[in-house]
Amino acid sequence: VMSLFTRFVEIGRVVLVNYGPYEGKIAVIIDVIDQNTALVSGPQKITGVPRHALSFKRMSLTDIKINIERSVRQKALIKAFTEGQVLEKWEKTSWAKKRAARVKRANMNDFDRFKAMLAKKRKSHIVQDAQRKLIKASRTK
Amino acid sequence: MPKQLARGVPLLSRSARYKKSGKWAVKHRGPVEGQVKKSKAVVTTKTEKKLGKKGTRTVVRPRSPRFYPTEHVPTKLYSRPPRPPKIRPSLVPGVVLIVLAGKLRGKRVVLLKVLPSGLLLITGPYKINGVPLRRVNPRYVIATSTKIDVSAVEVPAQLNDEFFKKPANSAPKKSQEEFFEGDKKDKKKEISPERKELQKTVDNQILPIISNQEYLKEYLNAHFGLNKGEYPHLLKF
Repeated sequence: VMSLFTRFVEIGRVVLVNYGPYEGKIAVIIDVIDQNTALVSGPQKITGVPRHALSFKRMSLTDIKINIERSVRQKALIKAFTEGQVLEKWEKTSWAKKRAARVKRANMNDFDRFKAMLAKKRKSHIVQDAQRKLIKASRTK
Repeated sequence: MPKQLARGVPLLSRSARYKKSGKWAVKHRGPVEGQVKKSKAVVTTKTEKKLGKKGTRTVVRPRSPRFYPTEHVPTKLYSRPPRPPKIRPSLVPGVVLIVLAGKLRGKRVVLLKVLPSGLLLITGPYKINGVPLRRVNPRYVIATSTKIDVSAVEVPAQLNDEFFKKPANSAPKKSQEEFFEGDKKDKKKEISPERKELQKTVDNQILPIISNQEYLKEYLNAHFGLNKGEYPHLLKF
């Protein structure tokens, strides 16, 4: 059976918090409270998200999952989190990279924007040169 | 904080208000030029008036003054000595500025110092973008976060507001014929060799500092412009 869904709300699922004071941080689902809320924890020492109830509407599920028991406490959670290399895996995803790039772009100052413009020009020169060579080569064949 | 406890009842008593106003700290001001001091002693005439049974009493009447000025000379009001100008904290010597209005609009220049008049002394440097030593109004300028270390740069003390002020008779008065002839297009503004020398002394100190940082020279040469998707209220400078 082809499963349409790959990301499930389950204990150990790593989520990205979308709304509220911990927006932009990742956390782990430790327990499910009811249809709308989950008990979630950073762990606080690693991601800054404390152990608290979070609505499913305020989070996005990621592909990352760790093996923990229901309602596990901080010490065990930190152990599972670091062993599972969750932060590294998260930072590698293009999702996280795109978020970081957006932040970087917003924080560029005028000089940075100028340097970025120069780099873009240089890149397009290189690409155009290569393109021209390929076109020329295909014509002479 | 209410200034009244109730209508007609102020929050502070008269003595408290006096204390707060700081008037007690104001020292006696010296005499101002042009301020006509009122003489305290009024010249009077005293006459003895006889009052029959009661005896006499002296009537003191001020004598009409011997001198009246023909034109009303207004007494000069006290004006306090000028204080150093208040400037945005982002305007620090060495900062790269974007000039937004005037002939230099769109240019990126280096701030040298804040003059006592409140205007900013800037330079291109001239070799990079053709902007000379000049004064610029801080209101028409965006301060970027790019700074050049100009702590070692000595700005000649000669460069002050007086140096840059236009002479009083700078606009030549045209005769009637000249007025109808129109402007001659080959009128070139001559720059004194003194200015060129000063430009060199300042720029030669700054140029090596600029060449140390990659792309800074190209940055100062380029014009500032808004591109698609760039909104000034969202941009960080």
